[in-house]
Formats: sequence, C-alpha cells, structure tokens
Amino acid sequence: MQKLALANLGRFFEAVAARQALYLPVEDAGGQASFQRWAPGAKLSGALNTTRSAKDFFFPQTEDLVNFKVRGKEIEIIDPRTEQEPFVVFGVRGCDARSFSILDKVFLADPVDTYYQSRREHGTIVSLACTRPEETCFCTSFGIDPTCPQGDVTAWMEGDALYFAANTPKGEALLAQTAELLEACGDEAVRAQQERVSAILEKLPLAGFSTQSFGGQVLIQVFESEKWAGLSQSCLGCGTCTFVCPTCQCYDIKDMDTGHGVQRFRCWDSCMYSDFTRMAHGNPRLTQKERFRQRFMHKLVYFPANNNGEYGCVGCGRCLAKCPISMNIVKVARALEGDCK
Amino acid sequence: MQAAMISRAKELLQGGQVQRVLGWKAGEFAYDVTPAVFQSAEEVEAGFLYNDFCGANLSKYLIQESRKPGKVLVFLKPCDTYSFNQLVKEHRILRENIYAIGVPCEGKTDGERLKAAGLRGILALKAEGDRFLVETLYGPQELAKAQALPERCQNCKSKKHVAYDELMGEEGQVLESGRFDMVEKLEAMTPDERFRFWQGELSRCIRCNACRNVCPACSCEKCIFDNDASGVAQKAAANSFEESMFHIIRAFHVAGRCTDCGECSRVCPQQIPLHLLNRKFIKDIDTFYGDYQAGEDTESRAPLTNYTEGDVEPSIVYQRGGN
Amino acid sequence: MNTETLIPKLGVVTDIRIDTPDVKTFRVVGLDGKKVFTHIPGQCAMLSVPGVGEAMFSITSSPTNEQFMEFSIKKCGCLTNWLHAMDVGQQITIRGPYGNGFPVEGALKGKDLLFIAGGIGLAPLRSVINYVRDKRQNYGSVQIVYGSRSKEDLVDYQEILDEWMADEGIQVNLTIDRAQEGWDGHVGFVPNYVKELQPDIHKTVLLCGPPIMIKFTLEGLKELGFSETQVYTTMELRMKCGVGKCGRCNIGSKYVCKDGPVFRFDQLDELPNEY
Repeated sequence: MQKLALANLGRFFEAVAARQALYLPVEDAGGQASFQRWAPGAKLSGALNTTRSAKDFFFPQTEDLVNFKVRGKEIEIIDPRTEQEPFVVFGVRGCDARSFSILDKVFLADPVDTYYQSRREHGTIVSLACTRPEETCFCTSFGIDPTCPQGDVTAWMEGDALYFAANTPKGEALLAQTAELLEACGDEAVRAQQERVSAILEKLPLAGFSTQSFGGQVLIQVFESEKWAGLSQSCLGCGTCTFVCPTCQCYDIKDMDTGHGVQRFRCWDSCMYSDFTRMAHGNPRLTQKERFRQRFMHKLVYFPANNNGEYGCVGCGRCLAKCPISMNIVKVARALEGDCK
Repeated sequence: MQAAMISRAKELLQGGQVQRVLGWKAGEFAYDVTPAVFQSAEEVEAGFLYNDFCGANLSKYLIQESRKPGKVLVFLKPCDTYSFNQLVKEHRILRENIYAIGVPCEGKTDGERLKAAGLRGILALKAEGDRFLVETLYGPQELAKAQALPERCQNCKSKKHVAYDELMGEEGQVLESGRFDMVEKLEAMTPDERFRFWQGELSRCIRCNACRNVCPACSCEKCIFDNDASGVAQKAAANSFEESMFHIIRAFHVAGRCTDCGECSRVCPQQIPLHLLNRKFIKDIDTFYGDYQAGEDTESRAPLTNYTEGDVEPSIVYQRGGN
Repeated sequence: MNTETLIPKLGVVTDIRIDTPDVKTFRVVGLDGKKVFTHIPGQCAMLSVPGVGEAMFSITSSPTNEQFMEFSIKKCGCLTNWLHAMDVGQQITIRGPYGNGFPVEGALKGKDLLFIAGGIGLAPLRSVINYVRDKRQNYGSVQIVYGSRSKEDLVDYQEILDEWMADEGIQVNLTIDRAQEGWDGHVGFVPNYVKELQPDIHKTVLLCGPPIMIKFTLEGLKELGFSETQVYTTMELRMKCGVGKCGRCNIGSKYVCKDGPVFRFDQLDELPNEY
C-alpha cells in the first residue's frame, strides 16, 4: 500500500494528466457531481457519487459507428475511429466499478463490440472507497464491498492522505508514474476506515434488501404477475432510470445526414420508450406496463438467466434518487417477491 | 389535512360517487412519494399520503384516467388546478368523469432538495411547524422547510384554486412573486453571455425526456421527437445544435399554454432550470398582449391563438433581436 | 475474420423482381460480383441505405445458390419504401448473417417436412425449401402449404409453378383467401386448409406467416395430433444490432437476433407471450 499526502493531490492529478487524459468527479453548474476532464485547478467533488454513472467512459451516450459518403448509386464506407487515447478515471465508486464487469458480459461476449473493447483496454480505473453511504445505497445486496471497491487501483481517502493499492498491472503502471509523490505505508488507517464504514453499512435502511428470490427460474411467474399494472401506472415513460443506470446498455442505431455524408451513430436507448420495439407492422409492447416490466425483468430475471445468476443491478441508488415518480427497482422487487414461487 | 382527505376519499368511494382515487402513495423513505390510483377504500387507507413531498402534479394523469370507466376523484394543489383547466380547455381531459377536490399547499419539496440543502443518509423525517426534524445516518439534523423549497415554491404564483368541485381547507390568493427575476437577469445579459449560460445548462441534458413526459402541456399523442418521419427523432443530441433544439422547440410548442407549474425543472435529473425558457415566453406574452395566465380559466382565447387589432406587429422580433 | 459487426459491407442490387403488388425480390452481390457471405437457411441480414435506415431481413435464397443472395421484401415502412423505389445497380450496405437458422443439417435431416406459409411468410421458408430441393436425398417427403390474400399476393408464384410443382416428390398446396377469376385452386384460410389436408402427423413442420395465421395454424396442428416439439417457426421483432446487445428483440431471456429467429414451439412455450 502507498500513500499520497492530500496536500499533494493537485500535483498527483497534474502528474497523471501529463501522461494521459484524466477524468474525475467535479461539481457541475447544476450543483451535482459529474465526471469531467481534469484541467488545472479542477477540484475533486465531495459528493458520494456522480449523477451520470461512469459507464459513459466505455459506452458513451452517442458515438459514431460508421460514416458513409453517397454519390449517386455508389456508397463509400468510412470507419470514423481514430486511435483511442489512454485515459484514467479517478474516483469511481464500488457500484460503478462493478458495473463495468456487467457491461463486459454484454459487450465483450462474442461477437465482441470493438468500440467498447478499445475503450476498456485504454482506460485505467482508480476506484475510491465510500465513507459516507446514503440511504439509497444497496450495493451490498449484490455482494459489493464499497469499502474496498474493485478497479485497477483502489483508493481510500482518510485523514490527510489518499491511500492506494494497485490491483492490476495497469494499476501498478499508473502508480509508478507518480512514484515520486507516493510513499510506502501500512494499511492500519485504511483498515480502521473500513471498519468504521462497515458499521454504517449495516445501518443502511436497505441493508436487508435482497433480490435473491429472482432469477431465470421464476421467469414466467414474475412476468405474469398481476402487480405490474399497479407498479407501472404512474410511470411517465421517460428514460431517466435507464440513462442514470450504470448497467443499462440498450442502444439505438441512427443515421444523421450531415449534408456532407451520413453519420451512423449509436446512442443510449430506453426500453421505457414507446418506440423501442415498434415495427412497421406493430408493437409487442403496446403500453407502459409492458415497457416498464421489460426493464425490471431484464435486471432481475433475464440478465441472471443468461449470466449465471448475476443481476443487472449494482445498487448504486441513482434510480431511487432520480425517478420523477419515485418508482424504482427496490419498490418493484419488494412488491414482486411474493410472486417468486 | 391527510386524515381529512383520506376520510373524504373513502366516503366518496363507498358512496359510489367515484370509482377511483388519484393521489399520492408513500414510498421507502420519508420523501419518495409516487402518484397512484387507489381502487378501494382499503387501498386508500393503506397507502394514501399527503405531506410536504407530494409535489407531483396529477393533472396530466387525467388524460388517461378520465377516459376509463367510472368517475375518478383527484386531489389538486393550487398550481395543479391551472394545468387542470388548461387541459380541460384543450379538450384533453373529460371533465365530466372527474371529481376534483382542491387541497391547500404550503410548498412541496423532494429528496433532491433535501440533499441539495446538505442532508445525507436520511433515515426518518418529521415535519414540525416550519421545520423538518431529520434523523440521518450521521446524526440528527434540522432544516427549515423554506430552505428545502424548490424555486417554483419560493416564487409561488398562486395559492388560489382555479378549478374544483369541492375545496378542502382555506382558499388562498393569487400572489405577487419574483418568478421573473431570473428571466430579467438573463435578458440583461449580452447575447454571448446568455448563449454561454444556456450552453452550460443544456449541455448537461441527457435527453431522458422526463421534462416532456411530465409536462401537462406536452400532451401530443405522438411527439415530433418520437416520429421517425419527422427528421428530428434523434434520441440523443448528435451535436450541440440538436441539444438546444429539443428544448427550444418544446418551449415554443408550449408557449401560451404553459401554466408555469414547474414540473419540468422538478423532474430534471440534471437540475437544468428548464422553467426559465417557459417563463421567458410567459413574460413576453404578458408584455406584448397584456397579462395572461394560462389555465386561469377554461374559456378565454389565449393570446397566441387569438387576433386583436392591438396585437404586436411581427417586426417586434427584429427590433428585439439584438445583434 | 471480420469482427466489426456493426460496420457493414457493400452490396449491389443486380436484379429486382416484382413478386406481388407490395413485394419485390432483390438480388444482391458484393462489389466483386460474389456473394457477400454464406448463410444457413433461416438466417437474416441487416440491409441498409445510409441516411434512410437499416433493418433486418431474412435471406430468402438458399445457401446452395453460390452466385448471389436474394431478399423478398414487403413494402411497409420507411426503408422498404425506399428499397421498392430504387433501381438495379444501386449499392446498399449489408451485414450478417445473423441468427441460428433452421436445423437443416441437424434435427430436420431425414425428416418428412411440411412447410406452411402465409403471405410474405414464405420468404424465410423459401431458403429452406430450395436448400432441401438441392439436397433432396437428405430429406424425406416434402409438402408445402402456402396461402395468401389473392393470387396476385402469392410470393414467388412463378418459381412455385415452374420449379417446385414440377419437382417430383414435392406436394404443393396453394390457397387464397377469397375466390377470384382465373383461380381454380383452393380457396380459404391456411389454418383451415391444413386441417382439410390432414397431413401425416409424423411430419416436421416449418411454419411462418402473420401472427394470427400462426396462432390458428398451430392450434389446428395440435388438434390433428402434432406436438409442439415438431413445429418450428421464425420470429420477427425490432432489431438494431443483430448481435444480441442492443437489447430490444428479446422474448424473455432470449434474443431473437442471436438465439432465434428460429424457435420450436415448445421452446417458445417456456418464454413469456410477448411477441
């Protein structure tokens, strides 16, 4: 374990940013935290988490897939990608750090999504242990330890120091870049922090929340539950839950005629949207009930059915905080638990 | 007030005057209230809630609810009644299938506002007079309610109900508010400053459509932004122009119909002050066509859909366009 | 191997055949004049016209056709309207093949086959039918029951008359919904016609058509004594990626683009009824 005096945090960021792009949570104009590229003077946000998750780094809201030039009946295909620059994301919390392994299961499964893969390969994650969890937090329900988040480097902020432990060769390489600012140290301070935070975690109102009764084995029962109509009745059909969610990864592919050619881009999509499954001849999910059900079935039933029981949720609590009508995965899972028989 | 509302709702349900109740339902925490339809007196008893966190405007749900069989009881706060009237005026809700009860409102807050006021790890919350007594993971806290009020309530335009079948509690007054103060500040900016302000705000937009979907004035059956054939049906801003276009088109489309209920800003996950766009239109309409409050009544012709000889000339656009 | 699944290849349309008033069959080859890729009958490909859109279509030609691929496309939306309006020589983009296809080299081998199609539902089955015709020795008897709204709406009618009906050992039963002049064949809906024909219940069935036709045909087959494990169909839902990642074509935990589009009805039974 190594430590950095917090007084040197600015120098540390500067040293990291000198070698690759560095992103960290800072306060935005709306008074919330969001990941932004480091610039001299950037101040690390004290917020527990960012409004948007860290999935943007690997699965951005929009990205160009392919460009076309059309001349008469002829088409030219252009791969728009330039070389991916290496980057570091500092301050990823345990929930988001786990979300990457969930996204990996989708994008790195055969056939590999090379856009995502390239970003994964070029990104180094420095996760930051949580010290003040919120009532909306329930990452421990998914076996995540927010006091020791996964990532290439795990960091703990305690007292006047930032402690680091490298978990991967990429992480070791990153710490080596800033070796002159770091000094070797014991893990007592970190262990004390972990104990202190673990005691808080036990007191979280959602500490006992579990999704264990859900999974592929109850697919039909849960799908056919009569409770979906009531749960979804005030859903606005907006995409807030989907877009702030670190594990939601559905996307749309669209063409944009720029006047100089056609940009084919992909962008985040939401199963909550009315056009998500609309075809020329009809729509299998006609009302908000079916669309709402899809989102929660995906996270609690379909995803674990396809991924050895792993749920498509990391308990970050963003949907709890952000849904305009305060309907969320915790309320849904609690309401449907009785149908898992 | 909650007890009286529950008892009145049960009475109307049991008497058969209404078949359903549209209200608010308690959640996991002290603040996460969900709009809900209650089908029976038992359901009302079990989950109906009316407190400082019932900010959601229920009027828009009536587009659907008033088309279902039977009569629906709805509780409306003063500012919700403006949206209600506007929807009646636009023939979007079927008035005859609704029983509306006006309920008083002293301003509504939400979890986001509590967090913005610095509360963390909220375990329990009690309202006492004008304060919230909050139990948190990190010790007890106290917060003046006024400190947790969103902008729309700090600048409340009216505590008067403009539509109801029955009123509970005391009727309030239309208020003088400072709701155009920020618009004036924006107007005083240079075009460049103003552009930077809006760029800073709108660049955070994630196009979740929450503002549109919650907006009582956005009641098109198929929005142009959802219509593939429109050419603008992008789900994400492909460039910064589109980012602004969505909000500007929306503001234009609700101009003269927006009652300034503030739901757009309440639901924005990125805390973009969207209501400022609408308020600019309201202020301009007031200036050019005389004071007008959308939703104040169900009969009057709105300035933008009416012609009078005193109407401002279109050239005003060029005069005020600046550089 | 090209792993860029979302970047298409170029194809050129070398022939456009008018099948019915709203169906055209497009012949597509790569710019080098060769097939863009090989496929299994029942698999699909993403076709697109940049700036217009991209959509999934079943490949209607048989993989035994080594010269080109064909797509029978009904005019029903933005992209298909455009395709119907274009001329020979137009370049389009193509990526694929996607999906599992029919088990022509597995469970279907050696079986007596009963193809049942309605309307444009013949498009995915045509690939299998022609594959089976070209590898006749690998399969038992072949019966094709095909119906459409009218004689004019029978897709591939000329091929059916000239080739399929001329083949020995292939029984073709055509039907149209309503009687019309110049039609002396069967009149009536496909589900009823299948029941009238009383096919041998040991046959393996490949069924494709509009949802309502599938529903009633399946019920009729079950009445005749067929079990769901004998009946295959091919599904269509909205797709964007084709590789099981964009998240919209799922029926329960299965993605139609990757785990389908071909399902046996007993497999569909284990999934939610949301298609």
